[in-house]
This record gives sequence, C-alpha cells and structure tokens, in this order.
Amino acid sequence: MNLIQKRRGYSLAMALSSLITAGLLLISHAAQADNMMMARTTQTFPEAMSELQALIQAKGYVVSRVQRVDIGLTQSGYKTDKYRVVFYGKPDEIRHLSQTHPELTAYLPMKISIFAEDQDTILVTANPQHLNMAGDAELAKIINRWEKDLVDIFRQMRGNK
Amino acid sequence: MSLRVRVIILLWLTLPLAVFAQGGEQLYSQYCAACHGSEGNGGVGVPLALPAFQKTVDDEFLIKTIRYGRPGRVMPSFSYLKPDQIKAIVTFIRGFVPVKAPVYDSKPVMGNAPHGKKLYGEHCAACHGHQGDGGHGTGVTFSRPRDLPIIAPSISNPGFLASASDQLIKAALMEGREGTPMMSYLKQGLSEQDVNDVVAYVRSFEKQAKKPEYDLHKEPLTLVYDSPHDLAKTVANVQRAAVGKNFRVIRVQTLEDGLFKKGDDNQKQVIVYFCNFQLLNQALTVDPRVGLFLPCRVTIIENQGKVKLYAINPKRLSGLFNNNELDKLCGGMFDTYTEILEESTL
Ligand code: HEC
Ligand code: HEC
Repeated sequence: MNLIQKRRGYSLAMALSSLITAGLLLISHAAQADNMMMARTTQTFPEAMSELQALIQAKGYVVSRVQRVDIGLTQSGYKTDKYRVVFYGKPDEIRHLSQTHPELTAYLPMKISIFAEDQDTILVTANPQHLNMAGDAELAKIINRWEKDLVDIFRQMRGNK
Repeated sequence: MSLRVRVIILLWLTLPLAVFAQGGEQLYSQYCAACHGSEGNGGVGVPLALPAFQKTVDDEFLIKTIRYGRPGRVMPSFSYLKPDQIKAIVTFIRGFVPVKAPVYDSKPVMGNAPHGKKLYGEHCAACHGHQGDGGHGTGVTFSRPRDLPIIAPSISNPGFLASASDQLIKAALMEGREGTPMMSYLKQGLSEQDVNDVVAYVRSFEKQAKKPEYDLHKEPLTLVYDSPHDLAKTVANVQRAAVGKNFRVIRVQTLEDGLFKKGDDNQKQVIVYFCNFQLLNQALTVDPRVGLFLPCRVTIIENQGKVKLYAINPKRLSGLFNNNELDKLCGGMFDTYTEILEESTL
C-alpha cells in the first residue's frame, strides 16, 4: 500500500501516515507478540484448578506449591477472593538451571496464575521466551519445550482437546 | 483512495479467506476470549457484544484494532495473524449481535481543534483523561468495584487513532454508545459543528505520540547483588529490610521446596517471600494479571562460599503486560527491590 500510494504521487501526508502505521506495526510486533499467555475456561474455580494441576503433571512437571494471592481482597471490596499462583517445574531441570543460570532462579519454579471472573476461570502466565538469553542454544531448547508444553496446557484448558 | 487501490485492498482482504477459512470461533477463543469474554461480554478487555458498539464501528476499525492493538493499553497487537485469520475473527465477533455494520468513508472531518479542545476539557476529560489516556484499570470487571461499568478507552492511543476514521469518531460522539457511559453529545446539547471541532481535536492527539517509559529489552532480566555476609545473615537481613519497607514476611523456604523430598532439597538456596497487601490490591486493580509476579520475593544462593541475591526486575516485566499504568507501579517496585537488596548487602 505504501509503495502504491507513493508511486501514484499521493500527498506527503498520506505517505507519512502510512509510514507511521508501518512503524506502529513494527514496534507492536517486536514488543508484544504473545508475551502473555492467557486462557478462559467456563469451569468453576475448583474444577479448573484441579484440571490445571493434572495437565501440568501429565507433562512431567511437579506442582511444588499453590500460593494464595488473595488475602484481604474481599475486605478491599472484591467480590471474589479466588486468586492463586501455581508453582511448578521439573526438579532436575530447576536444579541444573540454578547452577548454569543462577539469575533465572528469581523466576523459578515457573508459575501460572489462576483466578475467578464471574462464572469463569482465567489463567495467565508469561511466555517463558522472556527468559531467553541471546546466543544460548542450550537454554533456548529448554525454553522452547516449556513454551510448547504451555501452549498445549492452555489449549486444553480452553476446552479444545 | 482511488478505486484501484481500494480494489487491491479488497482483494487482499478477501482472497485468502476464499482459499481457506480458519474457524473464527477457535481463533477468538485462543486469542481474545480470555480478556473479552467467550460471548464478548468483556473482562480484562471491554465488551465487544454491545449492539451500540457494533452499530458504530466498521469492519476496518475492527481489523485494524486487532492488527495494531493498543500500545500501552493492555490490548495486544496481533500483527502476526494472517489477514484471513483476522477477517475470520471479525466475522465471529459480528455474530454476537444481529446489527448491521456501518461503512464509513475516509473523508476527513473538518473542525476547529482549539475550540474542540475547550469542549473536550468540559465534556470528555473526566472519563477519557486530559490527554485522552483513557480510564484507570482494565475492561469491565475483575469482580471488583469500580467507578465506571466500562473503562473509557484511550482515544489518544496510536493504535486507536490508526484504526478509527474521523467519521467513526464523529459517529461515536453523535450517537453515543447506548448501554455504556458514553452518551450522545448531540442529545447532550452540542451542535454538529461542535462535534466536528472535538473530532478535529481528538485527531490532533496523533501529533503528541509518547514514548513508553522503559525499554523492555534494555532492562536486565534479574537484579543481582553480592552479599558480604554468610547465607544465614543475608537471609535475616532480607527479612529485616523488607519489614523496614512495610512488608510482611510471609514465607521462607528453599528454592527446591516441594520439588524434592524434604531434606533432599538444597539448603543453600533460600527464597524469602514478602507482601504488602495494600500494594498487592492496588496492583491487581491496575492489572489483574500481575498477581503472577506476586508476592514479592528475593532468592538468596550460596555457591562455592559466595552468597548472591536475585530478584525479578519489575521494569523488565512491566513490558510484558503492555500496560502504561503498570509501568509507574513497576518503577516504584523497582526502587523498593533495589533498596531492600542494597540494605541487605551493606
Ligand atoms: C490482554 C487482554 C486483551 C486481549 C487478549 C485482547 N484484548 Fe481487545 N482490548 C483489551 C482492552 C483492555 C481494550 C480497551 C483498550 C483501552 O481501554 O484503551 C481492548 C479493546 C479492543 C477493541 C476496541 C474496543 C473499543 O471500544 O474501541 C477491540 C475491537 C478489541 N479489543 C478486539 C480484540 C480482539 C478481536 C482480540 C483477539 C484477537 C482482542 N481484542 C484481544 C484487552 C484485550
Ligand atoms: C461518562 C464517561 C464518558 C464521557 C464523559 C465521555 N466518554 Fe467517550 N466513552 C466512554 C466509554 C465507557 C466508552 C466505551 C464505550 C464502549 O464500550 O463501546 C467511550 C467511547 C468513546 C469513543 C469510542 C472509542 C472506541 O475505542 O471505541 C470515543 C471516540 C469517545 N468515547 C470520545 C469521547 C469524547 C470526545 C467525549 C466528550 C465529548 C466523550 N467520549 C465523553 C466514556 C465516556
């Protein structure tokens, strides 16, 4: 579109505005492509919670802890206090990474947050790609597998088996 | 736009659709439903199923909004989706309500922007913000109380301005959006010329593009500090420093706790969790997704006699959420983390 407009001698303003648009696309693509992974399920909170844990375990991870992040929420006027963070990981993998990449420990074990919204339940996690480090092929391999597993888990949680 | 260009665009939009149409419902479920609701009733995102919304936006607006997103306003860009996938999503969204989509021409609306600015301050700024930055928080509910039933979108956002034609903005002002806080300003007593002036002013936001506060890619992933003390003293220091910053220490555990059998977990890797409930609730109101990085924590590791502290970098993480409001909060959290880490390693 850019080229066509220019060739046809469209006004400078038009060319400029499509340039801005192209820039916007570039920025937004680089900065936001699937940074967060989210899923909505019509399951109730307890149902979703147990399915999530089962799916995590089916991929060979261990659920190490479920943390409440909702203490005091209802006192602050929230209608629901169902907000948890599920910690999970592969024990040997985490032990290994804590030696090779200690700076990743701040983000380990991995987490998925799960909260109720009306009748539905929402899942959120950060795409593990944000932990990638340039030129680190070994790490990239691990992270790519984490991402693939998460895509699967979230797809199944959405009800697309 | 010449007929030729329009035909090319039209072909470009419809051709792939004819070749293979991917299920709009499935795409919507994968990319949109978490925020906008399975039936378009909203959530972290705004409602899409309102007849008054669908009656005043054309397909081009929907297509472009999906492509560009709303930088800094939570709504992500889906520029990586193919045109036919976006088209399929739009078709699916249109199925929510049986109203006819309008078609707007690209004729600019001529108006007196300075006069529009005055009217904007009187009639619009209370909801949309003085710079058009939009309301606080996200979408409709996180099952929480809020000042407006639907958040007022940012109308100075580059993603909005690149998606909305002048005619669309004018229609929003003339007709309002029944069932939302957005009223018809014709009924509110503005003349059509007044409305044109406001549209000219809204368009002028384009010239004031703002930069995001942080560059996600320039921030280090982790905050790392060396401790001059041994492991036990450092752990105690972190707890004291956190309490000194009005946090409550809620848990001290090993990194491997719950992953290995008790006793098999590495005792030289310790996590201190701490929380300030007021801050937590404030953060969740700004963006319900940030619970993912809460409660706060510092990881303390002894390796070959050296003790180091590790914490997430809130500034870096803020970039993941595409939420300007969160950037400010994360800037504050960055300072707090830095102070706690410095104090613990004095
Ligand atoms: C992470 C949450 C999130 C996701 C995912 C998301 N949106 Fe949004 N969307 C929002 C928010 C929040 C807004 C309001 C922006 C504002 O307040 O300025 C919005 C705005 C919109 C608008 C403009 C509404 C209006 O009144 O102008 C459309 C259209 C839209 N989204 C469609 C979609 C579609 C289609 C998808 C999937 C391809 C999607 N969104 C994915 C959060 C999201
Ligand atoms: C009482 C609060 C309120 C006031 C006052 C208000 N708006 Fe709105 N406005 C909203 C809400 C809420 C929406 C979203 C409606 C929806 O969900 O479709 C909206 C939508 C819009 C839209 C469409 C944006 C989009 O992304 O779909 C435009 C444009 C707009 N308003 C401009 C204005 C202007 C200009 C004024 C002043 C003349 C104004 N508004 C006054 C609350 C308000």
